[in-house]
Amino acid sequence: MKEQGNKQHLFWRAGFGASPHQLREAEHQSTRKVVRALFNDSRDFAPLTVADDDQPAKKELRGLFKEGKLDRATLKDRIRENRESIRDLNVRWMQQMASGRGALREKMALFWHSHFACRNQNNVRMVQQYLNVIREHALGHFGDLLMAISKSPAMLQFLNNQQNRKNAPNENFAREVMELFTLGRANYTEHDIKEAARAFTGWGFNPQGEFVFRRNLHDEGEKTVFGKTGAFQGEDIIRLLLERKETATFVTSKLYRFLVTDEIAENSPDHQRIAHLADQFYRSNYDMAGLLETIFTSDWFYDPKYAGARIKSPVELLAGMQHSLGIQFEQKQPVLYVQRTLGQVLLYPPNVAGWPGGRNWIDSSSLLFRMKLPELILKAGEVTVRPKDDGDVNTELLARKVNRLFASQVDWTAFEKPFQNGTDDHLVDELARYFLPYPLTDPQRNLVVSKVKKDTARSEQIRNLTTAILSLPEYQLC
Amino acid sequence: MKRRDFVRNSTFATVGTMLIPHFLKAYETNSLTGGPSAGKTLVVVQLSGGNDGLNTVVPFRNDIYYRERPTIGIAPDKVLKLNDEIGFNPALEALKGLYDDGLVTVVNNVGYPNPDRSHFRSMDIWQTASDSDKYLTTGWLGRYLDANCHGSDCVAHRAIEVDDTLSLALKGQELNGLALLDPKKLYNQTRSGLVKELADLKPDAGLASTHPNVSYLYKTLAETASSAEFIYDKSKAVRSKTVYPASELGNRLKTVSELIASGVNTNVYYISISGFDTHINQPGQQERLLRQYAEAVAAFTKDLKLNGKLNDVLLMTFSEFGRRVKQNASNGTDHGTANNLFLIGGGLTPGRVFNEAPNLTNLAEGDLQFSVDFRSIYATLLRDWLKVDDGAVLGRKFETLSFV
Repeated sequence: MKEQGNKQHLFWRAGFGASPHQLREAEHQSTRKVVRALFNDSRDFAPLTVADDDQPAKKELRGLFKEGKLDRATLKDRIRENRESIRDLNVRWMQQMASGRGALREKMALFWHSHFACRNQNNVRMVQQYLNVIREHALGHFGDLLMAISKSPAMLQFLNNQQNRKNAPNENFAREVMELFTLGRANYTEHDIKEAARAFTGWGFNPQGEFVFRRNLHDEGEKTVFGKTGAFQGEDIIRLLLERKETATFVTSKLYRFLVTDEIAENSPDHQRIAHLADQFYRSNYDMAGLLETIFTSDWFYDPKYAGARIKSPVELLAGMQHSLGIQFEQKQPVLYVQRTLGQVLLYPPNVAGWPGGRNWIDSSSLLFRMKLPELILKAGEVTVRPKDDGDVNTELLARKVNRLFASQVDWTAFEKPFQNGTDDHLVDELARYFLPYPLTDPQRNLVVSKVKKDTARSEQIRNLTTAILSLPEYQLC
Repeated sequence: MKRRDFVRNSTFATVGTMLIPHFLKAYETNSLTGGPSAGKTLVVVQLSGGNDGLNTVVPFRNDIYYRERPTIGIAPDKVLKLNDEIGFNPALEALKGLYDDGLVTVVNNVGYPNPDRSHFRSMDIWQTASDSDKYLTTGWLGRYLDANCHGSDCVAHRAIEVDDTLSLALKGQELNGLALLDPKKLYNQTRSGLVKELADLKPDAGLASTHPNVSYLYKTLAETASSAEFIYDKSKAVRSKTVYPASELGNRLKTVSELIASGVNTNVYYISISGFDTHINQPGQQERLLRQYAEAVAAFTKDLKLNGKLNDVLLMTFSEFGRRVKQNASNGTDHGTANNLFLIGGGLTPGRVFNEAPNLTNLAEGDLQFSVDFRSIYATLLRDWLKVDDGAVLGRKFETLSFV
């Protein structure tokens, strides 16, 4: 039973949970073997695509419009198509997470998405390129990821580096690279930012959405960053950032919060552990796979205090539920609706600092909605909550009419199979053990059981118990 | 011994309200009902999308305004004049009535250094009251809750957002505000499914002590259920006699008025309405929204007066940014920076135009420059209106203004 708990913990942290079948299989295997299987399953990278290379971006469309090659109605349609495609990409990615295939890669991509938070609503090609960069490098070397992201047009656009030019530097990109992507606050000076910004002058992109180094806009002069002087270019700054140990510490401690626990108390052993891991990360030249393997195969990772120590993000919650029960939505609206109502729209983070996470996910209304969600999905409940308009005229209001919003197919047949045997009396505990990080307390157990009619078919019992168990506050934790 | 002391001295203290035995819990509900009166109330109305300030309060003597806005500028004879320089958009007729009664203060040129022209980011900055290069995860009204969380005052419904979901503005470190579209709807939500029973349950004590998130979830749930019940009980018999316009804002302000009249101990209400992102064919769209706004606020003010609450309630209206001085090619305007802001209520040092009109000759890249930091307004509202320590909420001292 302890083994099941450990494996469940691993599957939740290294992915979006496991199906009952996966879990049963893993129960009898060593941790190392399961971890290796997780890496194997994520070895291959396949890009997610929704946009053709010839889908023009908003800017190009405006150009065509100005030249008289497009009328206003067509222009509007095409801009809408761009946004529509970005939403499709969001939903495609969710499907990928929910499928359970390459779970570790997608989980880490989700981490990097909040770390290298980036938003762009007008150019689906750039967004697609950005998403595939974080997915491709999710398990590789942090240095490669940092370089690829720094050169991704979506990020350069988001942080205004297209406007960063010789004699008129824009420091936005240089500042966020240090504050949020590598060193963290207090580990650099304003002078470092000013000088690094000069080194990044000329980094930009062309109308096709490809990185270009515009040499004529680059400041060729000498710069002094972190006490080192040279005629630095952007690549040199990235190299200097990676040489700083603070980068390894900053990234490792963020990852630790993501994979191990939301709550790090002062004087807890977590701090020392982070220091050790950061050391390893730095010495391995920022090898992500090695760092992850160390974490997942350490005994302390399975300390019961870490079970359920994290609040699931809205995306983890939904993808996990879909994966457990094989849920397929008939349309893309429910995914977008849940993301908006609970405050985590993929490819649309609140700002460059990403989602704050942890307890920030929970307030009275979000908790009530989270507890109602299983009923909405599994029992086609009535939707009564409406997410806010964000004020942007271009963000179409979703789901004003929400009839049958959650129309979906649930693969109950596959789900029920492992729960066919055993007594009715044990069924509730077995399901709870599968879905929750802790066993039910007696009052909880009585409450859940009271919601299910006795002497009904096994299958109906499984479904009703499942809906009740998923409505417990503990299901919000992993 | 007071209940609070009992709880503090008991072994239950560390894990919050969910471990309080039921007999004490019932007592707590009673003490809430008789809790401290709300005192002054702040109502925030957020206009999402970036309301065009220059066509809201029109500089009708300014040639540059008419030159830059050849087709959307509002002719001087249409403007509802406030002084020799500026006047309201004609759609704000109902607001002009309130202004003439001394109930409206217009603050011009409100903004912040290094303005951001993204809706999302600028709204973040307004809601968190951060500098434009800092990222905070709590809102200014959430921190107001944190800073004033003592005993029976420490309840989510001290700050209510009239909506289905909660804005960042009302999220604190320790305490969040409460989102409700109407008291009955929230009450029903807390009664449906397993919610009610779960709110009365406590998690395993050992588990709660080693897993703080478990306590946090149950605590949030218990507080939500108890706030929802309290508010519904207090307000269900109160019905406003004033006719409100049938707009979204009208409905929400009516809810606020009924809650105020019911005597719940709520100090802050928050409402947002959207549609102000007028890139295309601005005039019709903006006038419709401004008219709805003015009529709803006028009905609300009338209602407050009827209930004798006009001097205890202050309504602030803001938008995340204003719009460019120069109109665009689609009879609309694009994202800008500094903007005007309204303060409405009977407790203002007589309503007026607070400061200088926007300077259209001194622009930064085509945008208005701010002269009043919005956090000075927050500081004034916190210190002089709600009577709390503004520095504790805003993280530092901002100059306060003399409008209260």
